[in-house]
Amino acid sequence: MAKETGIISWKELNLGIAITTPGNAAELKTGDWAAQRPVTDREKCTKCGQCYIFCPDMVYSKDAEGYYVQNYYHCKGCGICAKECPVDAITMVQEGD
Amino acid sequence: MSKHVGMEVSIAAAEAVGLCDVDVVAAYPITPQTHIVEHLSEMVADGHLDAEFVPVESEHSAMSCCIGSSAAGARTFTSTCSQGYALMSELCYIAASLRLPIVMAVANRALSAPISIWNDHADLMYARDTGWIQLIGEFGQEVVDLMPIAFRIAEDKRVLLPVQVNLDGFTLSHVIEPFLMPDKDEVKKFLPPFKPQLRLDPANPVTFGPVGMPDVYTEARKAQDEALKNSKPVIQEIFDEWGKQFGRKYKLIETYKSEDADTIIVTMGSIAQTAMTAIDHLRSQGKKVGLVRFRVFRPFPAKELFDAIKGAKNLVLLDRVSAFAGGEISAPVALEIKSVLYDRKHYPKVGNFLVGLGGRDVTVQNFEEMVERIAAAKDGELGAYEFINVRE
Repeated sequence: MAKETGIISWKELNLGIAITTPGNAAELKTGDWAAQRPVTDREKCTKCGQCYIFCPDMVYSKDAEGYYVQNYYHCKGCGICAKECPVDAITMVQEGD
Repeated sequence: MSKHVGMEVSIAAAEAVGLCDVDVVAAYPITPQTHIVEHLSEMVADGHLDAEFVPVESEHSAMSCCIGSSAAGARTFTSTCSQGYALMSELCYIAASLRLPIVMAVANRALSAPISIWNDHADLMYARDTGWIQLIGEFGQEVVDLMPIAFRIAEDKRVLLPVQVNLDGFTLSHVIEPFLMPDKDEVKKFLPPFKPQLRLDPANPVTFGPVGMPDVYTEARKAQDEALKNSKPVIQEIFDEWGKQFGRKYKLIETYKSEDADTIIVTMGSIAQTAMTAIDHLRSQGKKVGLVRFRVFRPFPAKELFDAIKGAKNLVLLDRVSAFAGGEISAPVALEIKSVLYDRKHYPKVGNFLVGLGGRDVTVQNFEEMVERIAAAKDGELGAYEFINVRE
């Protein structure tokens, strides 16, 4: 939805930049705001799901083995998951490293 | 058929809004605007006007309510002035950016402090950068006519912007004048029902007023800027249509005896009537003085203004607001006119006079003093501006 994520000419914007497609915020890439990204150590992870519960951006989803994996397209690198993980399985890693 | 009536201008303004078949009026009373919304609430309560009157708890809520109702597709009206305008101003920017065709009457009043309920143009100037179209009435009939005209401009698909109708508080809002009041069917012919392009509708969900990230904000502002820019020819076209149907012709810039004038007074609103009396008196003494007044202040009609003033050697530019800019630049109206002159490399003698602040009378003598002051002033003698009628 280039039209509503804004990468378009001013001439193509909806009147008053109204959004006519509900739920299109999911298409907005907020992952490139991040300075750090969370990385999970599966040796330590107990699959408790606290990261999934606390993430404010719906970054985590459950995979086939029951681990919670990050979608970096939306992750802003806030670090809440790493702070809340009860077994310190999540480390914040500098972007670019 | 239009009817001859005599009534207070505020009441006539409310009656004119009633002729426009409004759906929602959300307003909070504030002197000297009160009679307008008071009369509208009576019209609704008495069953003369089929509209929703929302008695909100503040002007901030008034404009919030108007934004919601206009976004839902209702023809929406409110009215305020001065401190009330200041309180609602946060929302006024939003109404314009969301392209909602709300119409608001502003019974122009000074801003505090000191507390003043009396007339000047502090609120009119405060509003000039909000993205609203600003129309100004000089006397009662103009105010009545500008109400349907304002809705027609606001709702035109080529415009879709909110419109302010300015009338001087007390000196215009509270005087009793004769009117030709159009009838409802005539107004209906001029002003078709409001058909919004986008509206809040559960069957077709839309979001009004989302976040604009840095990659869209500039484009949003550019689109809004173009909308206001493109409204200018539409405003004149709608004035012309009104003239054709009702016989009263309006222009973006109005003039009086300005064609051959050496000295031109530039102002807006009801004191233009006093200026015309002064001009007639000065003309009887052989002095070539004329008047140019703004009917529309936003969009700023630079070309029309320049064409009207370019023949004059002296310009008396009136500001009815104290602009606290440090004394080295002029007050807003003169500042903008000077920018028009600079862009066209035209440099007449210019005097900027601050008059009629907080209800101070502007007399015929005051106008004559200003005309004499500028005629006698040597090059460089006139500073950025001067206060008129101030006790030393």
